[in-house]
Amino acid sequence: MNRIKQKLQEDPSKKLLSIYFTAGYPEPEDTVTILQELQESGVDMVEIGLPFSDPLADGPVIQRSSEAALKSGMTTKKLFQQLEGIRKSVDIPLLIMGYFNPILQFGVERFCRQCRESGIDGLIIPDLPLEEYELQYKEIFQKYDLLMIFLITPQTSEERIKEIDSASEGFIYMVSSASVTGGTGGFGDEQKDYFTRVSKMGLKSPLIVGFGIKDNKTFEQATAQTKGAIIGSAFIKHLTENGTGKIPQFLKNIR
Amino acid sequence: MIYQVNEKGYYGDFGGAFIPEMLYPNVEELRSRYLQIMQEEDFQKEFRQLLKDYVGRPTPLYYAERFSKKYGTKVYLKREDLCHTGAHKVNNTIGQILMAKRLGKSRIIAETGAGQHGVATATVCALMGIECVVYMGEIDIKRQAPNVARMKMLGATVVPATSGSRTLKDATNEAIRDWINNPMNTHYIIGSVVGPHPYPDMVARFQSVVSEEVQKQLQEKEGRENPDYVVACVGGGSNAAGLYYHYLDKEEVGIIAVEAAGEGVLTGKSAATSALGREGIIHGSKTLLMQTEDGQITEPYSISAGLDYPGVGPMHANLFRTGRGEFISVTDEDAMAAGLQLCKLEGIIPAIETAHALAIFETRKFEKDDVVVVNLSGRGDKDLNTYIEHFNL
Ligand SMILES: Cc1ncc(COP(=O)(O)O)c(C=O)c1O
Repeated sequence: MNRIKQKLQEDPSKKLLSIYFTAGYPEPEDTVTILQELQESGVDMVEIGLPFSDPLADGPVIQRSSEAALKSGMTTKKLFQQLEGIRKSVDIPLLIMGYFNPILQFGVERFCRQCRESGIDGLIIPDLPLEEYELQYKEIFQKYDLLMIFLITPQTSEERIKEIDSASEGFIYMVSSASVTGGTGGFGDEQKDYFTRVSKMGLKSPLIVGFGIKDNKTFEQATAQTKGAIIGSAFIKHLTENGTGKIPQFLKNIR
Repeated sequence: MIYQVNEKGYYGDFGGAFIPEMLYPNVEELRSRYLQIMQEEDFQKEFRQLLKDYVGRPTPLYYAERFSKKYGTKVYLKREDLCHTGAHKVNNTIGQILMAKRLGKSRIIAETGAGQHGVATATVCALMGIECVVYMGEIDIKRQAPNVARMKMLGATVVPATSGSRTLKDATNEAIRDWINNPMNTHYIIGSVVGPHPYPDMVARFQSVVSEEVQKQLQEKEGRENPDYVVACVGGGSNAAGLYYHYLDKEEVGIIAVEAAGEGVLTGKSAATSALGREGIIHGSKTLLMQTEDGQITEPYSISAGLDYPGVGPMHANLFRTGRGEFISVTDEDAMAAGLQLCKLEGIIPAIETAHALAIFETRKFEKDDVVVVNLSGRGDKDLNTYIEHFNL
């Protein structure tokens, strides 16, 4: 069984913590160390960011980490080299989160095959929306048992949320607010209403909240009515300041 | 109709809407309503009226006699340089500001490279009394100081794009990020036939007033609607789309697209997307794109800021792939010479973008009786500094 599906079913009461980081950052060869540290620290799931020159949906923190990773020579090919053998030491679900152009250049089928061989369980491709996915690419991703994770936002209509729910096999990535990544405003009534509204829709897919989660408080708020939360920019910021040495300390404070 | 967009938003293999979900409600609202709004009688009336009284349309179709004689063929210039604000860009911004009003939006954002589209957007926002924010690469802000000042005089806020390579593609990224952050009240006025569907089609339709006029004007002057060739420079491709529009499916009219070779197609300092690009995704559209083997978007180069874009609109990518369009690239050097020559032969100072289209006559030969229409997309006032430096004037 796909590791994401398994993790989502394991313990109904458990809130999942997922971490995003940019592959090849802060140092090109940090990818594997970070994955191992995250698993050690009890993280439930990881999104490995594939760096891109033009990350449209990202704020300055992730932009800069992508830029730095690319500058030091990170590529899609290199990421797969780093991930070779990763399943000997890491068994939590792993996703790749990346923009579509590098995947298209690598070759969609070749990319999926390599994901499968490396033990990747799912993909988040923010600029491959449901329509384009279904029009041209769905069969390839499914052939390699890769779960495609779609996003919803506070502006997504109820009708579309249902459409996305029925097209999803893993979880739904619930973007917390109308914003690029890295928002630090915390969650107000508007977000809480949105979490409540969607969680009451009776969707088949669990909801995992991302964007703007940075500490215990925002984690608790985000997961009060959902299955879990994803931390990205705040973790990258921690890596920028501390390198890979203090990952458990960062995570200790979250949940 | 195969060269027009299909109902899925594709021109052949190119186009689509590769957008993050955060943009979906806005893009979908536009997609589901743009055609209907554009066809409404009161929209058409207001659009046409403004094009006439405010922009100064129809622009002349001018028979360039001395230029024609020099090259042994009949060359007509479509004088978009005489539009208010000095280029074709305003045809699109007038259309889009009226669209934004009907969508109930109260804030406008735009990207700009050379500043022409930024000025055209700031202008229509002033006209309508709507807030305007223009993103511009930090490097371009330094290169194009007069246009920055014009935008400010027109009441726009100019925000430097400090990410990535700090030029046009990054300004576009920043505008898209702004739209993600402001999904309710904001309309994004894209400056060319690029971006997610329906933008390429919507912008092409607003610019199609150009070929609509050419058909009528040529009928009067030559007794026929169709020229033998239509020629335009291509950055993103909006002035080209405007001139080609009513001729796309008339195979007897040759389509010539002129790209910027920069210092030469193979020098690594070029913006000739059809020659150097591969299929990829930029700013929400699948098109031809200059990129590394790893799929990272690369920085193009041209002396003309308006042609300095690593992609090309999906309509043009399809014209290239199907062979419907003939693509020619022109170096900085040849474009500058052609610009200066037009001054001397016809008393018209063209934009450097436009000068690229004029330069092809040196190498691309036409028959004596051929009627060739060139889109004179803009005037050269904004480029005086570059002309001065280049020719030590
Ligand atoms: C005068 C002029 N011509 C051409 C262009 C290129 O844009 P497009 O290819 O969209 O017409 C520009 C862009 O700034 C311009 O100012």
